Amino acid sequence: MSRGTSVRLQNLTKRFGRVVAVRDLDLEVNPGELVAFLGPSGCGKTTTLLMIAGIYRPTAGHVYFGDRRVDPLHPRDRDVGMVFQSYALYPHLTLFENIAFPLRLKRVPGEEVKRRVKATAELLGIGGILERRPAQVSGGQQQRAALARALVKEPQVLLLDEPLSNLDAQIRLSARAEIRRLQRELGVTAILVTHDQAEALAMADRVAVFSMGELQQYATPEELYHRPKNTFVAGFVGSPPMNLIEGEFTGDGFRSGELRLPLRQAPLGRGWLGVRPEHLRIAGEGHPARVLVVEPLGREAIVIVELFGHRLQILVAEGEKPAPDAEVRVAFPARALHYFDANGRRIGPE
Amino acid sequence: MPLLPRNWPLWLVVLFLITLPIGAGILWLVLTALYNQVHGLVPMGKLAPQNWRFLFEGSVGGRPSIWVALKNSAVFAAAVATLEVLIASMAAYAISRMKFPLRTPYLGMILTLHAFPAVSLLIAIYYILRLLGLFDTLIGVILVKASLDLPLGIWLMKGFFDQLSWDMEMAALVDGASRWTVFWRVALPLVRPGILALGTFALLSAWGEFILPFTFIVSAKSWTLALYMQSFMKEAFVDYGLMAAVGLFYALPVFLLFLFGQRYLLNIYSGGVKG
Repeated sequence: MSRGTSVRLQNLTKRFGRVVAVRDLDLEVNPGELVAFLGPSGCGKTTTLLMIAGIYRPTAGHVYFGDRRVDPLHPRDRDVGMVFQSYALYPHLTLFENIAFPLRLKRVPGEEVKRRVKATAELLGIGGILERRPAQVSGGQQQRAALARALVKEPQVLLLDEPLSNLDAQIRLSARAEIRRLQRELGVTAILVTHDQAEALAMADRVAVFSMGELQQYATPEELYHRPKNTFVAGFVGSPPMNLIEGEFTGDGFRSGELRLPLRQAPLGRGWLGVRPEHLRIAGEGHPARVLVVEPLGREAIVIVELFGHRLQILVAEGEKPAPDAEVRVAFPARALHYFDANGRRIGPE
Repeated sequence: MPLLPRNWPLWLVVLFLITLPIGAGILWLVLTALYNQVHGLVPMGKLAPQNWRFLFEGSVGGRPSIWVALKNSAVFAAAVATLEVLIASMAAYAISRMKFPLRTPYLGMILTLHAFPAVSLLIAIYYILRLLGLFDTLIGVILVKASLDLPLGIWLMKGFFDQLSWDMEMAALVDGASRWTVFWRVALPLVRPGILALGTFALLSAWGEFILPFTFIVSAKSWTLALYMQSFMKEAFVDYGLMAAVGLFYALPVFLLFLFGQRYLLNIYSGGVKG
């Protein structure tokens, strides 16, 4: 029962004075899909979301919902629901009136308002507290009320601006699953803005990674993780992030200072070698390194070692963690390496 | 535990001494209104209900009825407060929330006007009112008073609107509201403390206004209470008892308003809206 529409951004650009917040963005979201906009703060992801909502007018480019061009339209004519990071509930209204607000503005008859608010609130498990005001309920309940307000008018597109970042860590995980379940059930097209890569990978069908106002990569979580398009994505996605070593490819190997790695089918020229912390091995053979710090995470531990002047993070099982200051040997598995050119673009291995 | 300064009893005495002249003035007013004669602050003679005859006799000494003056004062204060709150809210919202050409010079102008001595405009205003045919009418004075007080009101309300979160307004827009609806149904209810503060302040200021009605109103039928009081000063033999009674009558609504409104008035200085 997909009632969502596709969302298409075409050459979308937003400038604030001289600052370019979003540059020439092309992106399409399929009907019923949940897409995450991921990036550090100030990367343009929220600006893009606000252009889709109709709060900001694009400096250039267009926004389409299905075949309908919506960028000249007022937000109220776009049929979108939105959840804000601060929830932005109206403090002077009860939760019932908060959720009913979009329907009242549409002049929906009173009986129907009551029915739809009740139904949406039940769906989100806040049916029992509708007479309270936002200040009288918990953060998690406020978040649900904000979600109910966004969903009550059955929008074609649901926009979520960091909806989970104000929640306690415990509730956050269950809220993730909850939002994902609702979105699937309702078939609404959803766009989630987040700076938390784990959240993006866990919730989204596809993730758009932003940096400095530009789209870096738009792919499924698996693709993003295993084939990052550039060093920014490689360093941003994954926790702990990918180790990146600057050096020179020599055709049959890679060298950086005293570090020399023989590689098959290596490119030529300066560039970056990337390897994820979980792929590095502390083994009997390999390159000599010294352990600087060991951070236990419970099931695993992050080991930070120094290897020919480079600091590398290595993820090891709890039982295999070395002692601080120990001399160890680090092995680079050939199958799990990533090559990037001097500009940070992925060049292999294919 | 309350935070009291050291030597607080001493400070209390100092404050009491500073307040004493005002207290004495009020005491004199009350005593003079009640008694036949008062020497210093000591009542002489008997209680004098005749001081209050203005309440029952249609006219005292050729003046209009006190009830006419009371009605005029009430209309004047209410109209000024309503106009001021309404216009200041809308102007302040626009200044706080919208970008428009000349916004910065406009802000500077409001601040300058706020500091401008209104008395120096009296003659110019007189000509304008004559031109508009509003001289010697209550409406004319209402417009003048409201305009002169507006800069302060706009600044005050701007402070309150500045504290509203943008998210809330964006949410309302996405929910389907127009800018106009956002103003009336989201922004305005949230600055209620500001509206109450400005409303109370404007009421008090208009109630006590003297120089504008005195300059621009001639006919006795449009007298406000301030003019009614002032008329006693022109007489050869001033009936102090009568005048004090009228003064007390004039001040009574202010006491009441302050009693109930001071909570909101304090907001003017803290400028706080709690979300």
